Amino acid sequence: MASKANKPALLIDGKRRDGRGFGDLRPLNIEAGILKNADGSAYVEWGNNKVLAAVYGPREVQPRHTADPLRAVIKCRYAMAPFSSIGEHGRTGPNRRAIEISKVTREVFENVVMLSEFPNSQINIFIEILQSDGGTRAAGITAASVALADSGLYIRDMVYSVSVGKIDGKLALDLDMIEDNYSEADMPVAIAPRNNEILLLQMDGNYSREEIDRAIDMVLEAGKTISAKQREALRSSYSGASR
Amino acid sequence: MEAIDVIKSSYIRELLAKGVREGSRGMMDFRNIEVKAGVIPHAEGSAQVDLGATKVLAGVKAVLGEPMADTPDQGTLSMSAELLPLASAEYEMGPPSPEAIELARVVDRGIRAGECVDLQSLLLEEGKAWSIFTDIYVLNYDGNLFDASELAAMTALASARLPKYEDGKVVPEEHVQDLKMNNIVTSSTFVKIGSHVLLDMNGHEEMAADARLTVATDGKLVRAMQKGLRGSLKIDEVDSMVETALGKHEGLKGLIERASGRSF
Repeated sequence: MASKANKPALLIDGKRRDGRGFGDLRPLNIEAGILKNADGSAYVEWGNNKVLAAVYGPREVQPRHTADPLRAVIKCRYAMAPFSSIGEHGRTGPNRRAIEISKVTREVFENVVMLSEFPNSQINIFIEILQSDGGTRAAGITAASVALADSGLYIRDMVYSVSVGKIDGKLALDLDMIEDNYSEADMPVAIAPRNNEILLLQMDGNYSREEIDRAIDMVLEAGKTISAKQREALRSSYSGASR
Repeated sequence: MEAIDVIKSSYIRELLAKGVREGSRGMMDFRNIEVKAGVIPHAEGSAQVDLGATKVLAGVKAVLGEPMADTPDQGTLSMSAELLPLASAEYEMGPPSPEAIELARVVDRGIRAGECVDLQSLLLEEGKAWSIFTDIYVLNYDGNLFDASELAAMTALASARLPKYEDGKVVPEEHVQDLKMNNIVTSSTFVKIGSHVLLDMNGHEEMAADARLTVATDGKLVRAMQKGLRGSLKIDEVDSMVETALGKHEGLKGLIERASGRSF
C-alpha cells in the first residue's frame, strides 16, 4: 500500500474516480479462441487490464516424476509483462507475488477440470498480464476459465473471479490500481457458479465479519454479468468465420 | 500421493465420520501450544513455537536501510520462510517452493495489514531507516505451518529490541529499545475434509484436506485471509470460520504477551 500522505480523492460527489457506483464492474470484453497454436485461449480486456490466457493439453508430463497415475496434473503460470504497469519496468518472469498467484490459480482449476479423466498427463494454463490496472488475478482466472472451456477439456464449471475492496470506508467492487493502492482492504474471490461455492479467497486490509458477508454478496451479484460475458464469448467463437 | 498417504487420509476420514480426531481433540481446538521468546540472542528478536509436533523458529534482524521511494517516512518489513529439508522427508533442497513463498506471504500479509509494526518509528533520519527482516524457519512439519509461523513471527517481532544508532552508524551489540508495536495479529487455520471443518490440522489431517482457510485477525477486524487447496468452501462455512478465528484471538495473543513479557 502506498503512503497515505499523497492519497488522491477516491470518491468525488459520492462516485468513484471513473464515475462508477460501488457495485459496478469496469467495462469487460472477452474473446475466446484467439490463439491458433493453443488448445484453448481467451483474451480479456477488463477496464485497462489486458490479459491473455492459453491452455495446452492434455499432454506428456514434464518433468516425468511429477506425473500422477490417478489424475492429470495442472501446471499454471501467471506472469506480468515487464511493460504492463504504469510505473517502472518490471522484472521478466514470475516474482514471489506471481508464484503465489500461480499456486492459488492452479488450485482453482484443479477443482473444475475433471482431472481423473486424464491420468498421467499434464494440462498447462498460462496467464499473461499484458497490461495491468488492478484486479489482474481475477481477470486472469476469468480469462483462463474461458480458455479451458474453449479447449474442450472436460470441466465442471466456468469459474469467474472478481474482487471487492474498501475505499473511504465503503465496499467497492472491482478496484482499479489507484483505488487498490489507497484502499483499506481488498478481497479477490473466485466462484464456481454451479453452486456458488468459493474456490479462491484472499484478503488483506481490514474487514469486519459483516463486511466480508456483504462483499461476497457483491461478488455473486457481479458474477451474473461476468458469467454471461464468458458464455457469450464462447458462443461467438463458434458463430464467426475465424475458426 | 503415495499408497501410505491414501491409507492415512482414509483413516482420518473414518475417524471424522465418527466425530473424532486424532488425539481426541475437539473440532475447534488447537493442539498444545508452547511459545518461547529470545531463543536466539544474536538476533534482534526471536521465538520458537511448538504447535503439537510442528516446530517453527522465527528470527528478526534489523538492518540499516533506506525507506521505499513511495513511503519516505517509514522503514520496511520483509518476511521469508524456509521449509528446511531437515523438517520433513517431503521437503527438498533448493530454491523456495511455492508453498514456502505462500507461507511467508500469508504471514506477512496478516502482520502488514494489521499495522502491527510501527513503520514510522523505524525512520532514523531522512533517507535512513531500519529494514526489519523476519525469517521463518520450519524445523519440524506436522501440519498447520500458517498459525505456528504467524505466532512465531509475531512473538519474534514483539520481543525484538533495536540496536543503537549513533552518528550514522549501527552499534550492533547494544540493543537499546523495543521495536514499537501498534497491534497484535494472530491467525486460525481451518481445513475442510469431506463435510467436516476443523481447526489446526495436524500433518495427517492436512494430507486428507480438501480445502483450507487461514483467517488472520486482531480480535476486532479480519486483517488477512487465504484459501488454499483444490476443494471449495461454502459461504456460510467461511462466515463461521471467521467467527471462530475472532474468538480464538485473545488466547493466542496471551501466549505472545507471556512469551515476550510485553503487554499490548
